[in-house]
Amino acid sequence: MAIVRIPTPLRSLTAGADELTSTASTVRAIIDDLEAKHPGIKDRLLDEKGVRKFVNIYVGEDDIRFLQGLDTTVQTSDQVSIVPAIAGG
Amino acid sequence: MGFLLPSLVETIGHTPLLKLPRFGRATPSIALYAKLEFLNPGGSVKDRAVRQILLDSLSDGLLQPGQTLIDSTSGNTGIAYAMLGAYFGIPVQMVMPSNVSKFRRKIIRSYGTEIIDSDPMEGSDGAIHLVRRLIEAHPDTYFYPDQYSNPSNPKAHYFGTGQEILDVLGDRITHFIAGVGTSGTMMGTARRLKEARPSIQCVAVEPDEALHGLEGLKHMPSSLVPSIHDSSRLDRTFRVSTEQGWDTAERICREEGLLVGHSSGANFFAALQIAEELERTGTSGCIVAIACDRGERYFE
Repeated sequence: MAIVRIPTPLRSLTAGADELTSTASTVRAIIDDLEAKHPGIKDRLLDEKGVRKFVNIYVGEDDIRFLQGLDTTVQTSDQVSIVPAIAGG
Repeated sequence: MGFLLPSLVETIGHTPLLKLPRFGRATPSIALYAKLEFLNPGGSVKDRAVRQILLDSLSDGLLQPGQTLIDSTSGNTGIAYAMLGAYFGIPVQMVMPSNVSKFRRKIIRSYGTEIIDSDPMEGSDGAIHLVRRLIEAHPDTYFYPDQYSNPSNPKAHYFGTGQEILDVLGDRITHFIAGVGTSGTMMGTARRLKEARPSIQCVAVEPDEALHGLEGLKHMPSSLVPSIHDSSRLDRTFRVSTEQGWDTAERICREEGLLVGHSSGANFFAALQIAEELERTGTSGCIVAIACDRGERYFE
């Protein structure tokens, strides 16, 4: 199962969990999977154009914007990281 | 007319207020002003707090020779510490999340400051926790001014920003608007303005969500609340989305020729909403909002 790392600002939606797991095989499917278990998380990550501008999603070390975007394939051994684009106040 | 200043320290503050007639054209009864904090030498409002923190720490003997100054920052405070550390000859280390932009890191390192990375997943609160761990491990090495709890931070704005606004606008100002991160700008300025006239409305701007793109601003309900933050000094908290802040920054740039950063955009979004509220009720007003820094600081 792929590990999904959750940043601090989203942990109120994951009961404080900093890591979740998913068996889905693309980033898009993983986000749908997270949404089913933790409602509200999808709207924090995506807008009608795709990944919100101030959110970065990495598969391993690579930003999905430079891969296949939300259709990027995720292997069970991969780590997916949701990283805020800015550092906060 | 040119003028002579004795030191870099003297170049901080005394920023102008600029009227924004085109941006505020839909609310002709309301005067909208930007306080141009990006004209400080380090490029942001944070120069004021850091100058006061260093001057007070040096005069009170809190910062000892041989100590390294350490603090956490998401960027602008780090630039101010780096600049003034270089000026005063104080070694500086800044702890910042590793997702702070390369451009900012380059600016900070240019002054000779060392950067220590904290976990980007933990944001600015993670940087605070890492500083605290480093201090515990090496208590004699470091001087930790802690911008989030240092009274010199709001003091800079009490004597500086607040007084400067009163000097220019006097009794005319009705509203003051600033985004809150440490909340130093709002706390110090609000205290000074309300001493002069308690009816001046002080409006804090915060992001509307915990995960946001308004760098420098804190979503207080999900953050470590700075000890200098006193919500009883606020008349209102205005929540702005990332998109509203970004779009307004772009609009200010195109309509007024001011390339400001996203947190300034958030402040001016709030200013415009409040101006429209006043206009609808037939009330006149004079609104001052902080233009915190320049937009090119956010270019990738």
